[in-house]
Amino acid sequence: MDLGFAGQYVLNGVVLGVIYAMVAVGFTLFFGVLDVIKFSHGDVVMAGAFTALAVFGGLQAMDAGHGVMAAMLLALSAMAAMALLGAAVAKFLIIPLKRAPSLNTLLITLMFGLALREAVRLFYPGGSNPKPFPRLLPTEALTWGNFTLRLDSVLLVGIGVGAIVAVHWLIRRTRLGLAIRAVAQDAETAQVMGIDFERVVVLTFALGSALAALAGVANGLYYNEVNFSMGLLLGVIGFSAAVVGGLGSLYGAIIGGFLFAALQTVGAIWFSVPAYKDVFAFACIIALMAWKPTGLIAERSAERV
Amino acid sequence: MRSAGAPPAFWPLGVAAPACGLFVVLFLWLEAQWEIALLALLLVAGLLAAGRLGFIARVQATADARPRLALISVLIVALGGMAVLHGQHFALLMLATVALYITVCLGLTLQFGYAGVVNFAGAAFFGIGAYSAAVLAQHTGLPHLLILPAGGLLAALIGSLLILPMLRTRGHYAALITIAFGILFRTFLEVNDALGGPQGLKVPGLQVAGWSFNDPIPLGAEREASFYFGYTLAALALALAAYVMVKRIERSWIGLSLDAVRSDEIAASAFGIDVARWKILAFTAGNLLAGMAGALYAMMAGFVAPASFTFGDSLLLVAIVLLGGSGNPLGVVPAALLVVVLPEKLQVIQEYRLLLFAALVIVILRFRPEGLLPRRMRQYFPGWRRW
Repeated sequence: MDLGFAGQYVLNGVVLGVIYAMVAVGFTLFFGVLDVIKFSHGDVVMAGAFTALAVFGGLQAMDAGHGVMAAMLLALSAMAAMALLGAAVAKFLIIPLKRAPSLNTLLITLMFGLALREAVRLFYPGGSNPKPFPRLLPTEALTWGNFTLRLDSVLLVGIGVGAIVAVHWLIRRTRLGLAIRAVAQDAETAQVMGIDFERVVVLTFALGSALAALAGVANGLYYNEVNFSMGLLLGVIGFSAAVVGGLGSLYGAIIGGFLFAALQTVGAIWFSVPAYKDVFAFACIIALMAWKPTGLIAERSAERV
Repeated sequence: MRSAGAPPAFWPLGVAAPACGLFVVLFLWLEAQWEIALLALLLVAGLLAAGRLGFIARVQATADARPRLALISVLIVALGGMAVLHGQHFALLMLATVALYITVCLGLTLQFGYAGVVNFAGAAFFGIGAYSAAVLAQHTGLPHLLILPAGGLLAALIGSLLILPMLRTRGHYAALITIAFGILFRTFLEVNDALGGPQGLKVPGLQVAGWSFNDPIPLGAEREASFYFGYTLAALALALAAYVMVKRIERSWIGLSLDAVRSDEIAASAFGIDVARWKILAFTAGNLLAGMAGALYAMMAGFVAPASFTFGDSLLLVAIVLLGGSGNPLGVVPAALLVVVLPEKLQVIQEYRLLLFAALVIVILRFRPEGLLPRRMRQYFPGWRRW
């Protein structure tokens, strides 16, 4: 294999890695603040993409559906809608189950994801078929031999990295971030110190869900296709990335996202049947879990007996 | 409140069992949509009234005090229902499917109802059993009665590889492993041409001692029973064996250890309970049941395809266990009936099946987390050594 092909694979892997990392950061945020897994996260990614698609339909009706501005509008509206959805899920499904066994939270969010998926399949016009996603980003390309660097790939990587850096800044440098970290450390003490626990949790879920919507739009722009069932796989990949990196660690989520993309890329090169890449990647994840049961960057919390 | 020692009256069970049987038979018999909808409404009204009047509690008390009698009456009703429906292919197919789902869900009950080992890949283990039955029946001369346990063993074997990483992890991390496995399994089937790819494989019908289950059964000169009759009988036998096994395990010191492992691993190991051993046992036995049910399903359906073993199906199985009340083997029966039969009969629901059950489970988890028929506290020692 020559250098051009190798470069192309690396570039594709990097775009995927950024998308996965965005999903995984959401899982890590939720786990950090409340020790729960919100398994409908992948379906929120999908719902975000479909929201963007619906908005695009509206834009087209007004004859305004092209260019980078339209893409930004799509992304922003999807993020706003999913932020609301995430906040509602936190308020009505997750906080009330705070004292229940963690399996129940996992299940209720799994089922919520299933409901979301089915709702899109049944109620979105033509939702059971893959839908074309508009090409809104400029596709000018530079070509060296077998290597093509497309501007939209660069933009997607830039947006993804920018979003993750923004979340990191928010958590490290703002008052809300301070409150989130305080709740993540010790919810009860944080409440004693006057932090509104429920508000922090709801805002965290809104933040993570908005990030998921951005990932969904990025995914749609990259593949130019969205599908009602894509959320399941994206969710499991994001969850795997967060778990392999170590739940609750922002850096772990990013490492996990890129690791999963790398595994898929290696799998795609290795096997002649491309679909084996997922089988290979998941088998590696299971093996990795056997080797490092708490992820590459271990959770810092001690076992509470 | 009955006084201690006096056995509860038999009559609530004697009324409830035939009533339920009549109901199920009617439900399977009727075809017009409005009749079925009416019957469903009647069921809801009847259940509400029975709950209000304390009848359900009485039935449960009787069933608790005389578990063997309860099981026998359920069996008599099931066999009677089959006799009435002997000529109806579809109704019998439904009954057999329910029995197979019950078997798988009993396996899941063993896994996370008792031992607390999560398994979100129930449909995958069901599928392993089905696919191994397909391959074994096509390519080997193995007697078909041996193929059923072989399917179960293969599912248990593959499960025992999966338990290794699961033992090292817990909680969400363990859940991820089964979810990843379920998706891995489905993807693997879809791309593997040797196993038929997305089209799947054909499976020859069950043959025991020269008798093919796919032939109609002659009854006298004119009438014949549907060929599903034999399969329904076999599925019922499998479900019964699974039930007895799970109940036996629950009643024994094994069940006690499993309960300890589920409720507090650290405390259990402090008391000298080998946590890993019981988790392995529960996981393996549960997958064995799922695999055997899958093998029988494959032979009954006549073909297997990856589309029947999706993650959504795994979630449906989990929904049945939760609806019935996690850890309550008897609760699985009405829950499986509800989840399998209702959407098949009420075509309005068919399309919305997954959405409805997802919503139902969300509501149950939110407002009644212990399920419709919650598991009862362990009793010492009435009912000891009974099934």
